[in-house]
Amino acid sequence: MTSTLKAYAVRLFPQVAALVVILLMVSFAFPDFFRLEMQNGRLYGSLIDILNRGAPVALLAIGMTVVIATKGIDLSVGAVMAICGAVAAACITSGYGLVGTLLVTLGTGILCGLWNGVLVAVLDIQPIIATLVLMVAGRGIAQLITEGAILTFNDPGLIFIGSGSLLGLPMPVVIWLVFGLVVSLVVRRTALGMLIEALGVNRRASMLSGVSTGVLLIAAYVLCGLCAAIAGIIAAADIRGADANNAGLWLELDAILAVVVGGNSLLGGRFSIAASLLGALIIQSVNTGILLSGFPPEFNLIIKAAIIVLILVIQSPRAQSAFVFLSRSQGAAPAKTEEEAK
Amino acid sequence: MNPRYFPLAATIAIFIVAYAVCIGQYPNMLSTRVIGNLLTDNAFLGIAAVGMTFVILSGGIDLSIGAVIAFTGVFLAVLLEKTSIHPLVAFALALAITTAFGALMGAIIHHLEMPPFIVTLAGMFLARGMAFVLSIDSIPIKHPFYATLKGIYYKLPGGGRITFIGGLMLVVFAAGILIAHRTRFGANVYALGGGAPTARLMGVPIGRTTILIYALSGFLAGLSGIVFSLYTSAGYSLATVGVELDAIAAVVIGGTLLTGGSGFVAGTLVGILIQGLIQTYITFDGSLSSWWTKILIGLLLFAFILLQKGLIHLTDRRRRHA
Repeated sequence: MTSTLKAYAVRLFPQVAALVVILLMVSFAFPDFFRLEMQNGRLYGSLIDILNRGAPVALLAIGMTVVIATKGIDLSVGAVMAICGAVAAACITSGYGLVGTLLVTLGTGILCGLWNGVLVAVLDIQPIIATLVLMVAGRGIAQLITEGAILTFNDPGLIFIGSGSLLGLPMPVVIWLVFGLVVSLVVRRTALGMLIEALGVNRRASMLSGVSTGVLLIAAYVLCGLCAAIAGIIAAADIRGADANNAGLWLELDAILAVVVGGNSLLGGRFSIAASLLGALIIQSVNTGILLSGFPPEFNLIIKAAIIVLILVIQSPRAQSAFVFLSRSQGAAPAKTEEEAK
Repeated sequence: MNPRYFPLAATIAIFIVAYAVCIGQYPNMLSTRVIGNLLTDNAFLGIAAVGMTFVILSGGIDLSIGAVIAFTGVFLAVLLEKTSIHPLVAFALALAITTAFGALMGAIIHHLEMPPFIVTLAGMFLARGMAFVLSIDSIPIKHPFYATLKGIYYKLPGGGRITFIGGLMLVVFAAGILIAHRTRFGANVYALGGGAPTARLMGVPIGRTTILIYALSGFLAGLSGIVFSLYTSAGYSLATVGVELDAIAAVVIGGTLLTGGSGFVAGTLVGILIQGLIQTYITFDGSLSSWWTKILIGLLLFAFILLQKGLIHLTDRRRRHA
């Protein structure tokens, strides 16, 4: 047990360290950063805000981690969010009731995932292109459902999902924490996680050793669609309306980024959902931090790009081999190899 | 017919059939004015798509072009507003910056062995961020030289005009076709798309070719930015969001394999024209909403991917039997 814990600590150390450094840097610029308050039975504060605002990306990152572990990628999650938000708003306004609305919306997300999964697994299309189809067409479909307008609703049940609170935490935070925990347990307490990794490393080899790769691939994309549906419901409930143009816009890129910042390889194989969730929190902390510390928001994207490049350079195969070389040759002209790594 | 030409032939056939259907419904669409506008309205997209074709032929992808176009537009607008330099000098500066930017991304992709998807994604954030830092407002460009450039056109019989930017797009496509099929660099791009290890064994300079490909894409994105600033007479940091997707769609509809190594620059032109035609049809119809453009382009994309899949399947079988 202690060895598994230690392995976890080693795996998650870079992400936790990065998160702590970023949070400390923000708290220098904004001293009240770590203050938490209880008001009306709900926690308030910048940290809670990061958890809350990061909910859609965190949810998307869960599904994206599994898809990327299969050596795939899902570009359509942002568009699926828009579709699901539109479906949720359309259902609730035409009187389906909360349970019916949620079921139909989650079903829509699963259907979108199924479409992607079938394209990738059965028709054997490259994931990046297969999901591009839904990414391009998805926003059009969402606008078709909302008929080009922003569909607003005021059903208290649906709004609760976006802005209510449970056990002192905002509802979106509870949802992504619980969902992340459930998915992690399902893939790590069964052989599923290992099979997915095997599939990502070598699809043919794992098929020959008896893994039903087709079903697993489709399941990965379905999970991704489901995550996008939940994120879409939260995004719509948060603004009490479905905006087909802007809901989930470019979130697919943030989700992929969260997975990469979480140290998962885009080439498939070993994955860690916890690390991806930390990656999502890092991205959100950077966003919130830049706003709080009074930097002009124009610099947001540049700082984000700089952080990505830094993390990618550290993770790149060349730099890794340079690190190995450095640790072996203990100070034998280390300055030169570091320069080469850059 | 060589199966290599099937996707291109299918694209051209679809364009002709679609255009015929449009004319059947709205006879006015058969005018040189519509054709002239088709070229002018899609000029910036077409020029950027030529760069994207080279990147995709080499098996890569460039997500940064939309952001680079916006950056170029804002850069030109700010430069022309704050200083008194001639627009031609500003154009040269902008092209130098975007070419260097593309070359830098290519160098990172090659030397750090990172996937193009993530590197150009970071490039997209960086270019968009630079545009925001330069200005978050939409800045009008009022330089008289812009009016001169916009006044240049070639009058077609029937009242249509090939404007300066529309003509520039055709020139860029012609140059792209020459580079792809008649130069060593073009052959290297195809070889790289066929597989990097094979290309290396054949003696293709992988590093130089990769850097040149992304530099070319950066250069054409910069040129596209100049054309876009001529088209709108303004620079705005939130402009051309998602143009990279339209460009990728045009390349795929044009019959280029997204796995790289097979395709034609000329196909991309037809892909652009098909997208433009869908938009023109929706404008003519008036009752259809603009979101049908996205759905139709998505469906076309899907149809072409299936077509390519079927072709690969057929040629594989033929090769096995041979």
